[in-house]
Amino acid sequence: MSRPSNFPPPFSAGDYVAEPTDPADERIEVGVLIVGAGPAGLACAIRLGQLLEEHPELAERLGDVPVAVLEKGKQPGSHLLSGAVVNPRALRRLFGDRLRMDELPSYGPVPGESVYVLTRRSALPIPPPPPMRNHGNWIFSLSQLGRFLAERAEEGGAMILPETAAEKLLVSHGRVVGVRTGDKGRNREGGELGNFEAGSDLVAKVTVLAEGTQGHLTGVALDRFGLRGDDPQVWELAVKEVWKVAKPLDRVIHTMGWPLRTGKRYREFGGSFIYPMGEDMVTIGLVVGLDYRDASLSVHDLLQELKTHPKIRRILAGGERVEWGAKTIPSGGFHSLPQRLHAPGVLLCGDGVGMVNVPRLKGVHYAIESGRLAAEAAFRALRRGETPASALASYDEAVRESFIWQDLYEVRNMRQVFGHGFFVGGALASAMTMSKGRVELGKMRAEPDADQPLLVTNRDAGYPAPDGKLTFDKLSSVFASGNKTRDDQPNHIRIERRVPREVAQLWEHMCPAQVYEVGREDDDGTVMVQLAPSNCVQCGAITAKGGRLTPPEGGSGPEYTAT
Amino acid sequence: MRIAVCVKHVPEGPSHIDPSTKRLDRSGEGALNHFDANAVEEALRLKGDSDTEVVAVSLGPQRALDSLRKALAMGADRAVLVSDDAAAGSDLVATSRLLAAALQKEDADLVLFGQQASDADGAVLWAAVAERLGRPVVSQAMELAVDGSAVRVKRQTEFGYDTLESPLPAVVAVSDAINEPRYPSLKGIMGAKKKPQDVLSLAELGVDAAQAGEQGSRTTVLALGEPPARADARKLEDDGNAAQAIVDFLAEKRLV
Amino acid sequence: MSTLVFLEHHGGELQKGSLGVLAKAAALGDGDVAAVIAGEGAKALAAEAGSFGAAKVWVCEDGEVAQPLPQPRVDVLAHVVEEGGYDTVLFANSVLAADVAAGLAGRLDAGLNWDLVDVELSNGELVGKRPALQDSVYADVGWTGKPRLALFRAGSFDAMPAGGGGPEISEISPSYTAHSTAVKLVGQDAEESSGPSIEDADVIVAGGRGLGSPDNFTLAEELAKALGGAVGATRAVVDAGWYPYSAQIGQTGKTVSPKLYVALGISGAIQHKVGMQSSGTIVAINKDANAPIFEFSDLGVVGDLHEIVPKLTELVRQRRGS
Repeated sequence: MSRPSNFPPPFSAGDYVAEPTDPADERIEVGVLIVGAGPAGLACAIRLGQLLEEHPELAERLGDVPVAVLEKGKQPGSHLLSGAVVNPRALRRLFGDRLRMDELPSYGPVPGESVYVLTRRSALPIPPPPPMRNHGNWIFSLSQLGRFLAERAEEGGAMILPETAAEKLLVSHGRVVGVRTGDKGRNREGGELGNFEAGSDLVAKVTVLAEGTQGHLTGVALDRFGLRGDDPQVWELAVKEVWKVAKPLDRVIHTMGWPLRTGKRYREFGGSFIYPMGEDMVTIGLVVGLDYRDASLSVHDLLQELKTHPKIRRILAGGERVEWGAKTIPSGGFHSLPQRLHAPGVLLCGDGVGMVNVPRLKGVHYAIESGRLAAEAAFRALRRGETPASALASYDEAVRESFIWQDLYEVRNMRQVFGHGFFVGGALASAMTMSKGRVELGKMRAEPDADQPLLVTNRDAGYPAPDGKLTFDKLSSVFASGNKTRDDQPNHIRIERRVPREVAQLWEHMCPAQVYEVGREDDDGTVMVQLAPSNCVQCGAITAKGGRLTPPEGGSGPEYTAT
Repeated sequence: MRIAVCVKHVPEGPSHIDPSTKRLDRSGEGALNHFDANAVEEALRLKGDSDTEVVAVSLGPQRALDSLRKALAMGADRAVLVSDDAAAGSDLVATSRLLAAALQKEDADLVLFGQQASDADGAVLWAAVAERLGRPVVSQAMELAVDGSAVRVKRQTEFGYDTLESPLPAVVAVSDAINEPRYPSLKGIMGAKKKPQDVLSLAELGVDAAQAGEQGSRTTVLALGEPPARADARKLEDDGNAAQAIVDFLAEKRLV
Repeated sequence: MSTLVFLEHHGGELQKGSLGVLAKAAALGDGDVAAVIAGEGAKALAAEAGSFGAAKVWVCEDGEVAQPLPQPRVDVLAHVVEEGGYDTVLFANSVLAADVAAGLAGRLDAGLNWDLVDVELSNGELVGKRPALQDSVYADVGWTGKPRLALFRAGSFDAMPAGGGGPEISEISPSYTAHSTAVKLVGQDAEESSGPSIEDADVIVAGGRGLGSPDNFTLAEELAKALGGAVGATRAVVDAGWYPYSAQIGQTGKTVSPKLYVALGISGAIQHKVGMQSSGTIVAINKDANAPIFEFSDLGVVGDLHEIVPKLTELVRQRRGS
């Protein structure tokens, strides 16, 4: 059977590395350039604001714009999606006594929790396994938190530039000197429309890449500077919805089991989460590892199926879906982290490099902490008295001494063990966490998701037909993500267009936004893949499974508000 | 020359009407009304490289500064926001009154409006404002040229195209066919913050609070409901006569 | 209630839309209903206004209103409202009427509710019905103070002659403000003969993937021609290169609200729906009985469009020819 990795996309990281080309007086200069207005990037901007306030002479030297944050979405929060139950420690370290937890836009501390193993009809409660205990954690909408952090960053003096995609890494004399932003106003063929606006060279003394999962320039930088770790990164795909509900939910719920299959050959790792958002809203999502093998697997449709479970139906009864979204989560853990988190002129943070604790389903607080540490390293690089090289290297040291490293090391083989299937994996995982990682299983290598051989089942015959009330089709879900992307844009997706049928089917089912469709079959048994790129919500699944996502025109994609 | 452009900050994303106030829920994120972007673009085209001043004017909550900054990022020179709690809930009568007061201060040669506000589906503000300013008004402009002290407009009506001329000062509402608004450049976005942005309260504008908001309005929203289901919706299967059935249906509705 | 209706005329005929509003006003049956006609040939049309329900018709044939411009008409209406003591003034939407209504609101500080699709008397109060948020919600709207101005969506009411007798006719010649008479019409061009643009068309025939192939767009084109309308397309077929982007209707294309929308082989995904859901009448032909479009069409036909449409086009041609 085929593997998607046998049909690599027409993409070369080298195409996205360039010297600055704008004339020197047209380049835009800033002090520190942060790519990505997510929790990592904004924490970096906020910490820099704090440091520059204490050192006004340095702020002076950095010019008109000491800190700039680029965001490819319509505004901060538009492309942020998570559960999210957040460990508050990083927020406390970031704000110190400047802000109390109750001043943050959260839905309050976790009121209680349950874990269930589901079958089609029943829900067996099990005591929450240690890694999944959430006492002391707080419920947030990451999108809302992003908007809040952006306001704090601006108050601290950062300039946030939304609708701006960072397309190329500017490298000069072996050093990252900034980014080139993407063009706007090109048509499908790449020609210039009436309102065409070329991108600009944005140069900075230090560049911080905080692009989140499948970060475009993060991937480019890892290749350009040879930073990739021993293990390839692997991902999970999360599809989630936000609902208004009639009855308040009084606890955080996680489920395992149905509708995912437990046999080893399927490799279906994942589960669902259902979190209360105040008294009248709930978020429900399904997370599935992208190392699955069944070309008919559709996370979106499995989420719809999940909602038909009697227990879940009851939670949503009388309610109304108000938002939908999808995003990948890096799940390789400790072994998939890059060898180094810095290179000349650049620092790498957050989900972009895989700082996610898979068994605890947490990453936001690592992103925030890494952003904060990046700010401190960048600050040192800007001050006199230390070479930039050693200052940036201090970031790596700081991360290795932080709770980020400690936590990720403790659960380092969690993801890999589930390759052995749910029951064996579950036992091994429990053993690992109960022993705080001291059970040494020998390092298990992760395989890239796209290397998994495909099989085709008729599972899609079992997906519920959308009824428009409880279950929904993909197109109306894309609508519910707020996506209004201009159709007439260049195609931002790189894939091999002519592939065996099962690879095309894999992509068709995989994509939650219905970007790919199995097209015309040819005599040799291959099919053409049809694309509707303007549906894309930039979840990044395609990059994990054989293609490559590049950033479309700034401002495109979803406009999340409550995800 | 001075050109004033009236812009509106409208809610983005799925819109909701707040059932308690029966007004549009403006608490979410907002953006520059895209029809007003046409008006800003036209003002910038008229400005070109000259020292014509383009001023963006708006009435709204503090948040509306975001949209005004977008106009500044596109190239407008200055922004004026009339913002006051007492002005919330202003209808056409109250809004036109407040805008006219702000525009009176600006004393612009040309006042531009966009075609409609995406949140109120077909606003007709410009004619009311022109009346209060005592200025000639031309709407639905698809081409606009300023020649000395007169403006020449090509507009589209139900019957074809009219070419009109008016002396300045005048008010012109542009249609969305007039141009394709430019994307603000990165430099433009970064420079916007430094351009003058004035926020005026009703008192500073010289307007009594009783003249604004619900008090100053002459219309009200009484109730909200579901739209009536399409009455007499019919569905049939083709048995060879569908074409005739369709024609009969259209004839019944006097559509053919 | 004392009502005045603004009637428009073009090419020597009273516009149906405004006659519909007049008929509605008469049907409300509360108090006197008058009409006002301004422009060349107004007097000759007064009698017809009577047969649609006007007990009195004010006419103005001054040179100032010879051109179809709104501001002099504000002067005329302000004068008539004062002379006649009207507490309610009704308009049917048009490019001209919208500006007149809003100008009058500014002149008289009078409340204007626009985009109404209906109006009723409720406990002696006038209540307007107004769709909002792309027709997803209906609002009941009212007025505080008088006069009350209302602008109705085009085509809201049928123009039914009420069989009234000869109305009282009053010729007036008000004074005009300087700013009202400043604008001059210097040129006019008739509609281009290539057919109406999508945004203005009264009829749109739109094609989707169900057409099967780009060549089958001729089915849509022929039907559109027969109906005197424009051709639209869904995003899916534009993406596939079957039809140009300028014809795309939907969330990321154009938003239209013609009197008649014929959807051929269109499933009715929400991205398309939001671009055309406020069309007056929606006819859908699709071979999939479960297509979402049938949930919001006035006439849904489950069948093969390749069979139905050619026959339909022929029948329409015959009917219009006769």
